[in-house]
Parts: sequence; structure tokens; C-alpha cells
Amino acid sequence: MEEDQRDKTKLIMNATQIRGAIRKMAGQIVADFSPIQGVVMIGIRTRGADLTKRLVREIEALSGYRMEIGFIDTTFYRDDVLTSGPKPVMKKTEIPFDLTDRHVILVDDVLYTGRTIRAALDALMDFGRPECIRLAVLIDRGHREMPIQPDYVGKRLETSEDESVQVRLEEEGEPDRVLILPYPEKVTW
Amino acid sequence: MADSRSDKLLRKDLLGIEDLSKEEIDLILNTADAFKEVLTRDIKKVPTLRGRTVVNLFLEPSTRTRMSFEIAGKRLSADTINISAQASSLVKGESLLDMAKNLEAMNPDFIVIRHPVPGAPHMLARMCRFSVINAGDGAHEHPTQALLDMFTIREKKGQLSGLKIAIVGDITHSRVARSNIYGLTRMGAHVRVIGPPTFIPPYIEDLGVDVKFDLQEGIKDRDIIMMLRIQKERERRNLFPSIREYASLFCLTKERLSRVSEECLIMHPGPINRGVEIEPEVADGKHSVILDQVTNGIAVRMALLYLLLGDKNEA
Repeated sequence: MEEDQRDKTKLIMNATQIRGAIRKMAGQIVADFSPIQGVVMIGIRTRGADLTKRLVREIEALSGYRMEIGFIDTTFYRDDVLTSGPKPVMKKTEIPFDLTDRHVILVDDVLYTGRTIRAALDALMDFGRPECIRLAVLIDRGHREMPIQPDYVGKRLETSEDESVQVRLEEEGEPDRVLILPYPEKVTW
Repeated sequence: MADSRSDKLLRKDLLGIEDLSKEEIDLILNTADAFKEVLTRDIKKVPTLRGRTVVNLFLEPSTRTRMSFEIAGKRLSADTINISAQASSLVKGESLLDMAKNLEAMNPDFIVIRHPVPGAPHMLARMCRFSVINAGDGAHEHPTQALLDMFTIREKKGQLSGLKIAIVGDITHSRVARSNIYGLTRMGAHVRVIGPPTFIPPYIEDLGVDVKFDLQEGIKDRDIIMMLRIQKERERRNLFPSIREYASLFCLTKERLSRVSEECLIMHPGPINRGVEIEPEVADGKHSVILDQVTNGIAVRMALLYLLLGDKNEA
């Protein structure tokens, strides 16, 4: 079983490719927002938060501007939180500034059904009235259940719903890579 | 991804600290940490418990705990309803169980109950479908108070394990003391109880605590001092000669505090009797975290409402 699964696991991106994808998105963001002042980055915990830090490092290297950065946990706003058994472990939301009139770039690792982003949008609205919100994701794997589309994408993937896409990052103590595993997502969004 | 979900708090009710594991306490405190952030926002409300109903059934006086549960419910977008003894059909002679069964017929998700009789919440939990949270049952347990106390200590000190804690006052009649002794010892803290011998139950050492009868001697090496209220309403057997005599021996005064460390925290579950168990200068002084306890109570109760809800069918 173990052997079998490993055979079917596909390596989609390695560390170099992930770095390249983040650099590409950073370049697009800097090009779209000129001046970059007033843009804030908000990462969805936990992997979106790690990606946000990397994106911000690239943007700062390109623009020389120090960005404000925040993190959200979307659990409060989920639509399945009371129906799906054991509760997700909550992490702290940290948005230490008002979002009113700011350009917000929301960051997550994998865009799938769109329900996490839906919850994140609700959450952001409780922190002010942003001028606009854009979405950056490392992987867009399709199969949306909500009318939500990303503005910045590291890589688009053709996937089936029987597969799960996993982003592993050094910040969690694993080598950087993106994998497709041959079983459905345990958490559907 | 599976490891980001926790299945540790698969219980329908919170009746006491006695049967909570260390892992469950950790989970509740960690979750409360996330909820505390909501209380600092401009918009202090999240939709997590939308459409759920929390009934506060308080058959003993309370402002802090009742209001804290009410705010916790409202911050989570639940509907909260308060019933007090005087305004309920209990005064017409309805039994607690009949009343609970009638409430159950109206389909609430939670009953938060405070009752003078130990075990009353446990009976409701057995007989009814809704989740029951014990908000104090006689002199038995007050689990949410102990959880918010542990949360406050952990927030200020970083951890519970290894801390030296004193609980001072009428240990025998205190549900706060009992719940805290269970919780703090389970989390690896060292607990000492201090009071006149008439306030210290026999065999209390079996709960893993030590006993001192002298306040100043007992507190000098402590990291935390928890003062208990002298409960005049439960005090019918003249266990001390007079309030004045008690205060002269066991009131936490500035002078008696002079030998404790700078970082020592003073706690009190409220309501305080100024000048009886605690001097006003101490209650309002630099060591005091009494009002932090009140704020943290909301976060802890939000965490509990969140963690207990929805697991009924799987447990």
C-alpha cells in the first residue's frame, strides 16, 4: 500500500520552481501596483502565511519598500465548521492595521473549491473597507465551487477530485516541493 | 492536513475539570488564545455560531459569569437567552428536570447552568440532548473559572508547569479552589492551600496539594496567589469567630506581600470583599491581574462554546 502510493505520487514543483513562481508573482504585483505604497499582504494560515513572507521578501527586494503584513485564520468564518466533526485547531489572526482604503493582496497555497477564500473575504471585511482585494495563490488546481478567481498564480494544474495537492515548505521542516497524491483531500477546502 | 484537525475534545458537556486530560486543557487554552484576538478588534463579532442558541440558566446570583457567557455567545453570533431563578417557573414549583425538558423541547444547543446543588448540571447532561456547561454547582466545581485562571497564568508566565501557586481562603466551600486544584496539578503546577484549619478539608493532601495555616509564611515563595472570596452565603456554621478576626489573619495586605517576588501575580475570581480577604491597595496594585481574568473569561468561554458544539453525534 505504502509502496503503491509512493509510485503514484507526482512531483509537480521542486524548490527552484517554487522560488521561480514566487519571483514571477512578485514581479507582476510590483508592476500592477505602482507605487507599491498602500499595498498590504495578508496570508491565510498556515502555509499561505509562510508564502506571504517569501512573496514580501521578493517584493521588497524589487521595490525597496517595506510592506505591512498580516495573517488570518479563516476558521471563524467557515461554512462547515459546525457540521464536519472534529474542529480545526485555531491559530491567531494578526492584522495590526486598519484595512480601510488599502490594496490588499490575499495569499494562499492552493486554490481549490474557493470556500477558504470566501471565508477569508468575510474575515477581511471585519477589519475595514479595503480599496480592493486581489488573490495570489501558488497553485490553482481548479474545481471551484464559488465564483472566485485568482489574480496571481504560480502554477495552474489539471487535477481530478480523487487527488490531493500538497505544498510542502521548508518553514515546516520539509524540503520545498509541490506534490499530487493519489487520494482525495481529507479537508475539502 | 489531517493533523491540523483536533479530535481531542469529543465531549458533549463540560461538567468539571476533574475528568479533563492535560491535552484537553491545552486544546481549550490554545483555542482561547485565537479567540482573544477577536475581542481586540473594532468589530468584535464573528459568525461562527450563527443560528445557535445558548441558554444561561442561573439559579444563583452572578454578574460576571453570566455576563461573560452572554458576551461570549454574542461575540460568536449565537442567540443568548438568560433565565434567573426568581423569574422562572421554578418559583411555581416546577422541578429542575421538568424545566430542562421543556427547554429541550425548544431545541437550544447549550444550557449554561449555575445551581446551588452539586451534580445538578451532571443530571441535566445525562437526561437531555443539549450540551451542558457547568457554571458552578454548589461547592463542587466551577470549571470555566479554573480554565480562565489557567489561561491568565499561562498568558502572563508562559506556562503552567513548575509554577508555585497558593490558593487562600475557604477551601472547603470553594468550587473555584476545587476546579483549580484539579486543573493546576494536572498541568504540572505545585499547589498549596492556605487558610484557617476550619477552612481546610481533611485529606486535601490526597489531591496533590500541600497545606499551610500561616498566610505570610505560605505565600513567600509563590509565583501566583489566588485569593478566594469569603462566602457569607455558604457560611452557616461559624467556622471563624468574626470577619474582623479572619481579616486580621488572612487578608492579603501590602505588608504581607512585602516578601513575595516582584513577578508574583495576585488573582481573585471576584466578587471581591475589599478589606476582608484582600486590601484595596493590593486588589488594584501592580501584582493584580484580577481584571485580566475577567477579560480572559470571555475568550475561554468562546473557545468552549466553539469546541463543544457539533460533536454530539460523533462522540
